[in-house]
Amino acid sequence: MKKLKLPLAQEDIDGLNAGDSVLLSGIMLTGRDAAHKRLYELIQKGEPLPIDIKGQLIYYVGPAPAKPGYAVGPAGPTSSYRMDKYAPALMDLGLKGMIGKGARSREVIDSIVKNHGVYFACIGGAAALIAKSIKREEILCYEDLGTEAVRRYTVEDFPSIVAIDSRGNNVYVDGVEKYRED
Amino acid sequence: MEIRRIKADTVTQCVKKLFMDCNYYIGEDITSALKKSMEEEKSPVGREVLAQLLENNKIAAAEQIPLCQDTGMAVLFVEYGDKVVIEDGSFEDAVMQGVRQAYDEGYLRKSVVSDPVFDRKNTGDNTPAIIHTRIVSGDKIKILAGGKGFGSENMSAIAMLTPSKGVEGVFDSVLDTVKKAGPNPCPPIVVGVGIGGTFEKAAELAKKATLREINTKNPDERYAQLEDKLLTAINKMGFGPAGLGGSTTALGVNIETYPTHIAGMPVAVNICCHAARHKSAVI
Repeated sequence: MKKLKLPLAQEDIDGLNAGDSVLLSGIMLTGRDAAHKRLYELIQKGEPLPIDIKGQLIYYVGPAPAKPGYAVGPAGPTSSYRMDKYAPALMDLGLKGMIGKGARSREVIDSIVKNHGVYFACIGGAAALIAKSIKREEILCYEDLGTEAVRRYTVEDFPSIVAIDSRGNNVYVDGVEKYRED
Repeated sequence: MEIRRIKADTVTQCVKKLFMDCNYYIGEDITSALKKSMEEEKSPVGREVLAQLLENNKIAAAEQIPLCQDTGMAVLFVEYGDKVVIEDGSFEDAVMQGVRQAYDEGYLRKSVVSDPVFDRKNTGDNTPAIIHTRIVSGDKIKILAGGKGFGSENMSAIAMLTPSKGVEGVFDSVLDTVKKAGPNPCPPIVVGVGIGGTFEKAAELAKKATLREINTKNPDERYAQLEDKLLTAINKMGFGPAGLGGSTTALGVNIETYPTHIAGMPVAVNICCHAARHKSAVI
């Protein structure tokens, strides 16, 4: 399995193919519905963002609270399509990719190709297992949103699958087509 | 039958335990279905996903942590015996208190916002819960509780079919909803189908169907066959585990029915992820 350092180098992104299994280590940001809405509103107003997204990945997650003795609570991916409205604007500002689950819109796929980015999927509902690879979390902004606050995760061997690569190949189309019998 | 007095706190403690347990311990019906799917799944990636889900659920149970971060909106189906009187409080307050304590003390995620459109402010304790109550004769309270995640809830739909559509119409309606959901609702899914009643009754039946053990069948042979036929058709769609392609898109299809109007045939499809969490208790 391919091991990659975060933030991702452009040549690493270029070398990924839809369907590749990878283990990610380093720093990633988190955000979901409410945080995206706020970031998007700032972009529309032409105001600066409270976080530096350049070259980063955003993991679409709203974790459960951490039990005492744990670095983080269970933290699996949430459905990505709800962030489709916001993702192209963030990618145009330098965001390199997203981690989530499920299909993306045409606009997001086009934005991934245009910005030479990548979309990773991880397994929805495997939150307890995925959390084992998250070693540290810090809240960066929007703490009032609770589980939806923007966090910085330090991860080691975070398991993901390349869902949409920088050329627009899409495992949610190709993988499904292969096993379709209807 | 004599009046039976039950303390509000007894209800609270029962509800608290149900929600903590359902979020930590997946049912044996789901575990068996995941294991069986691993033997039958055609995609190597799909088999790996299923293995990871089994491993995930094992970790959650051993460490008593939620198996999914979306610990859901709390839904309860209550059969309330008409001879029961709640002492020192109301039944509804006692249930809400149980949900509050479970989500706080059990390290479950608080996922409820106060207003659906404008404020969308987190209520901070995962209340209010959704409580469906039936008054039945007797002196017991039966509670079926489930934490319903919204990745799959969002993929649900209702169709107000007309009688001429027949069983084919029901079949197509369910497949259409599952197809539109695609990889999003965390497959392999459990499909709850509610047929009949009124608009809201069909939706309620569909929700209740997602809380039924998937190794059970509808007692009416015709609906049991429809459950099997739908499951086979859904697993030919190719979405597979995690939607990455494969032959296991659903683990089970449960149908619940109710009499309906001469002019109608409502069909509600409530989709649930593989983390189909439910526990029940009798007080």
